[in-house]
Amino acid sequence: MTASMHRGNVAIVGASETTTIGVREDLSVLGLHAEAALNALADAGLSPQDVDGIATAGLPAMEVSHHLGVAPRWLDGTAVGGCSFMLHVRHAAAAIASGAAEVVLITHGESGRSRIDAPPWLPSLSSPFGQFELVYGAQAPYSLFTLPALRFLKERGMTIEHLAHVCVAQRAWATSNPRAQRRKPTTVDEVLSGPTIAYPFTRDMCCVVTDGGGALVMTSAARARDLKHPKRAVYLLGSGEAAEGTLISQMADLGSFRGFRQSAKEAFQTAGLAHADIDHLMGYDAFAHLPLYILEDLGFVKKGESGDFIAEGHTAKNASLPMNTNGGGLSYTHSGMYGMFAIQEAVRQLRGEAIEQVENITTSFVQGVGMFFAAAGSLILSNQRP
Amino acid sequence: MAGAIPIATPETLPFWQGANRGELRIQRCNACGKHYFYPRPFCPKCASLNVVWDTVSGKARLLSYIINNRPLPPFDPKTPIIVAIVELAEGPQMMTNIVGIAPNPELLILDMPLRVEFEERGEMRLPVFAPDGDTT
Repeated sequence: MTASMHRGNVAIVGASETTTIGVREDLSVLGLHAEAALNALADAGLSPQDVDGIATAGLPAMEVSHHLGVAPRWLDGTAVGGCSFMLHVRHAAAAIASGAAEVVLITHGESGRSRIDAPPWLPSLSSPFGQFELVYGAQAPYSLFTLPALRFLKERGMTIEHLAHVCVAQRAWATSNPRAQRRKPTTVDEVLSGPTIAYPFTRDMCCVVTDGGGALVMTSAARARDLKHPKRAVYLLGSGEAAEGTLISQMADLGSFRGFRQSAKEAFQTAGLAHADIDHLMGYDAFAHLPLYILEDLGFVKKGESGDFIAEGHTAKNASLPMNTNGGGLSYTHSGMYGMFAIQEAVRQLRGEAIEQVENITTSFVQGVGMFFAAAGSLILSNQRP
Repeated sequence: MAGAIPIATPETLPFWQGANRGELRIQRCNACGKHYFYPRPFCPKCASLNVVWDTVSGKARLLSYIINNRPLPPFDPKTPIIVAIVELAEGPQMMTNIVGIAPNPELLILDMPLRVEFEERGEMRLPVFAPDGDTT
């Protein structure tokens, strides 16, 4: 009988971002994958020759493995947008628990800003998206992902000020972080008076656009004990994944994402934990409405409470639910598929190595979203093996 | 309006042929009785193949929208576009543009009634929606 993939039987034993993030004119997309991978392997005290499983999105998994000198016996190219890496962690845990792989390397790299060997975005005009969405000028993340927000606010009697409060709260986490792209403290008025990109979204309600990458090394808890830094292992307690669809206009409920509800529910169930057990939350924030959806859809607050929860400071330093403690996609970095950076911050927090370190932290919930309310991935991580 | 031109596929051709005649045509399932969108030759709710094309009322309500101030080519970067999700009177949701009204949030009221119009786009005509009646 194989071990459970959850409840701490599998661990993240190496984690690193690229040496610098933001503007990287010195590296291609593949180079960003490689730099992050070698940093993460060094962090784990392992080499590419120790790796037998590879998972990535954006590039073919075998391109990354060959580039690094890895000979994989297990590959995962799941590509569902920015939460692909949450799914990779989950899939890698299943592979490690079942013996299909022993040491899995998960890589991300994107030249979102400098666009060095970044693939061109050429959607088909005969796809369902091309025929029924793109032709209406819904072309880019800021004119697609943002579309349900006014409905969400109206259904709850919430306002655009609530979106601005999300930006202010997350900026507060980023001001002391030298790696963050936007570091200047801001106010609701300042966020609202910025240039409107796609009403109701002003510039600071939209994520930064950066270059960077990150990588994770995973193995069994048993193997983790024999590595260089056994006390820095971060255990997977629970996880979930889900998908709705790639047409945001067909979202069943514009005010709530089934993917979030479904993947988070499975993560709590598989971990055997409840909301009160969670010390820290990373919620994928390509745009300012997403933390509001995440707080409500994951069940951390009731419907309609998310805006005031953030505005009143409950996600801030020393508050009940520190959230997006790196500043998030809105302030820290966003290379295109941000999910890897959300996991990296959760790992830093659980190791006690974050720049804005949360005190007495045992568990972190990481919620990712893929494409535009298309897919979702949830992880519950801990520095304690149950 | 300048913009991307859709390319029909065999499954969607009746939709675009209807639009070119000034008709909003979507599919209805004879097994469960529900209309659905986007086009496909089976019902997404019950998987029945017993589906028909139906010219619908063209009435809708505004569910949500953004005003895209940064359109990219082939759209005109200087002309803001009201990109909306509407709910047809028959039930299905569609993405569309709101026309016949300024891109002004004070005029764009969620749930406002809309009616279909058709806009030239190359050789094609796109269903778009305008405020219905004198409600504005």
